[in-house]
Amino acid sequence: MNNKINHIENRKIVIAVTALNAIDSPGPGVAVIRAIRECTDFDVRIIGLSYEALEPGLYMHDLVDKTYQIPYPSAGTDSLLGRLIAIHEVEKLDLIIPNFDAELFNFIKLRDKLKEMGIRTFLPDLDQFEARDKIKLYDFGKKHGLMVPADKVVYEAKDLAKVAEKLNYPLVVKGKFYDAIIANTLEQAQKAFYKIQAKWGLPIIVQEFINGTEINIAALGDGEGNAISIIPMRKLYITDKGKAWAGITLDDNSYIELAKKFIKVTKWRGGCELEVMQTADGKPYIMEVNPRFPAWIYLTAAAGQNQPASLVKMALGEKLKPYTEYAVGKIFIRYAWDLITDIAEFQKISGTGEL
Amino acid sequence: MKLKKNIATSEEGFIFNPGTGDSFSANPIGTDILSLLKEEKSLKSIVDTICAKYDVDQSQFEKDLDDFESQLKDNGILE
Repeated sequence: MNNKINHIENRKIVIAVTALNAIDSPGPGVAVIRAIRECTDFDVRIIGLSYEALEPGLYMHDLVDKTYQIPYPSAGTDSLLGRLIAIHEVEKLDLIIPNFDAELFNFIKLRDKLKEMGIRTFLPDLDQFEARDKIKLYDFGKKHGLMVPADKVVYEAKDLAKVAEKLNYPLVVKGKFYDAIIANTLEQAQKAFYKIQAKWGLPIIVQEFINGTEINIAALGDGEGNAISIIPMRKLYITDKGKAWAGITLDDNSYIELAKKFIKVTKWRGGCELEVMQTADGKPYIMEVNPRFPAWIYLTAAAGQNQPASLVKMALGEKLKPYTEYAVGKIFIRYAWDLITDIAEFQKISGTGEL
Repeated sequence: MKLKKNIATSEEGFIFNPGTGDSFSANPIGTDILSLLKEEKSLKSIVDTICAKYDVDQSQFEKDLDDFESQLKDNGILE
């Protein structure tokens, strides 16, 4: 008997994956694909969806079968939908797994239309997605009894002094999508404000500084309040951008309970990453919630809870029981690899938008 | 002095705290002390065993053991 769930109309499951970039702040796409390919319960054809011609995942032909360029998120949902329809006509997509924060809004908006076309997704609802937004995180924590550092959304640099009076120094100046700078004085806070404004626009979030150990938790929710998988990880090596270059799975039930609670109160559907600061007296503050798998997601598969593969199964309609075990002390160490390709390949993706 | 239940130690003196991800290495005497702690030996028994095995003055060792205990405590290795 064939136990594989590979035969949707007797063919491989066709999965489109985004975020194939892999700079020193890598996208999760390549790790997601690696984990999916490792699962022996199904056979897949992987379609890469790229924004730029130099995303390394495009050229990893053992992982990605075919790549199509898609329009930048700023082009809007109509433009994205048009491109996906064209890709779907050729590839007959079964599932799309978007992995970039900035593109998720568009994919969530298109969820129903994609479903009508026969393309599944496994994404949070728009209100779930927006509730954990950096700008609203404090209110979200307050509502659900989760510890979140106090913050203030700031639109003008002149308001920083007033905010600092309330939050005290040091404080953290954060961009709405990315970047965080610790400021010890008003002057440093102003400098950080302008730097982040120039890069990511307004508003700026000014957050209370929490001192402690940074823990990251990769979690997968089934959309009904159940956490199918939770893997806590501590960064062992951090780049100057604050990204994990090495990390280790941890055994601490308080992180598992925290993630379970988050998934339960939000009824989160899909993957997410909780960035947690554990204070010296053991209080876990949620610093940020990323609404997608983290770049280190392959560690979940290595530790025995393959979150990307589980997402695929749930997206295809399978009911999963929560994992209960994982390997503690499993370490990932990231490394950079100079992938060699030919100008012909670069020309193909640049000229035709396909590779 | 009691090791936390989930602390992993090896014969080579490697200590891993799975709750925090921290790891440490101990010298041979530290390794012996850890293995005695794993066996839940009393302080007196640790002092007797180490002093019998190594050429060490008992009062000096008791002082060093005190230091070692504080280090283990500070790093979350002990209950």
